[in-house]
Amino acid sequence: MKYLRGFGIILCLSAAGEILRRFIPLPVPGSIYGLALLFVLLRLKLVKLDEVKAPSGFLIEIMPVMFIPAAVGLMDRVDEVSGFIVPIMVIVVVSTFVVLVVSGLSSQAVIRRRRDE
Amino acid sequence: MNEIFASSALLGTVLSLLCYYIGAKIKTRAKTAIANPLLISVILVIVFLSLFRIDYASYQASAKYISWFLTPATVALAVPLYEQLERLRRNLAAVVIGVGMGTFSGILTIFLLSKLFGLEKAEFVTLLPKSVTTAIGIAVSEELGGYPSLTAAAIVITGILGNVCAEGACRVFRITEPVAKGLAIGTASHAIGTSKAMEIGKTEGAMSSLALVLSGIITVAGASIITNIY
Repeated sequence: MKYLRGFGIILCLSAAGEILRRFIPLPVPGSIYGLALLFVLLRLKLVKLDEVKAPSGFLIEIMPVMFIPAAVGLMDRVDEVSGFIVPIMVIVVVSTFVVLVVSGLSSQAVIRRRRDE
Repeated sequence: MNEIFASSALLGTVLSLLCYYIGAKIKTRAKTAIANPLLISVILVIVFLSLFRIDYASYQASAKYISWFLTPATVALAVPLYEQLERLRRNLAAVVIGVGMGTFSGILTIFLLSKLFGLEKAEFVTLLPKSVTTAIGIAVSEELGGYPSLTAAAIVITGILGNVCAEGACRVFRITEPVAKGLAIGTASHAIGTSKAMEIGKTEGAMSSLALVLSGIITVAGASIITNIY
């Protein structure tokens, strides 16, 4: 019974998240509401960490595999983007690195300044 | 072969998992950032499909069930987040500033480069939500009049880029604090990057999950404003 209860809880909250999404008019996926719900339930000790730890560890470990179908789908989109492939690639690559470096260095500066104080 | 795949509920999943396993094995042997399991597995699947002349649609029909687990897996990210709650509290200022500045700099970069390339508004809106998780990004793109399928492509490329390059980029720019690393990866490359952060460490993974949620919310709020200006 290491997985049954915990996996059940995670699935219930996923479903709850999808239902919430129907009532809240924001472009936010149900999974984010589910994540918030599980976090709150853990905080309130209504769900115990031990119950969900094993199944969540399993799901997170196999998570990269879940992205493979979408990534392989890029092979069908090549024609669609051929017209503006250069700007797309430049913008995607540059902005990804800018975000990575800006958010990494700014948060690191905050952490180090507080440590020095 | 095409029909076998199209009528199977498992073959595509098995193929994906197997290719990922091979990718993970290569990674432990090679130990370079380019030997990224996700990248290797995507290439292997594409090679396999082309070799046996299987359509993407047939593969997708038998691989979609593994993607269906994405929602519960995202919900499961609450667990490492909760386990790292103390650390999160201690670093609240770093989280807010890091994710805020990162998201803002991303929107600004896309804005400036789109102007530079002379992109139309619809094309700009398509690329705008490229750093957030797919479901949020597609919704934003749709709502503001972009091309959602292209947005999805840009999001996936961003994620793989983050997954492959994040460790190297952190090294080059001397981002060594685990908290800062996680925030950077999650803000820049959403869930695909977060799956990498989880491999690096618990703190990195938890911070990345948090950044993924926060940057998504900021983008939803900021996108409509910046689109009016463009």
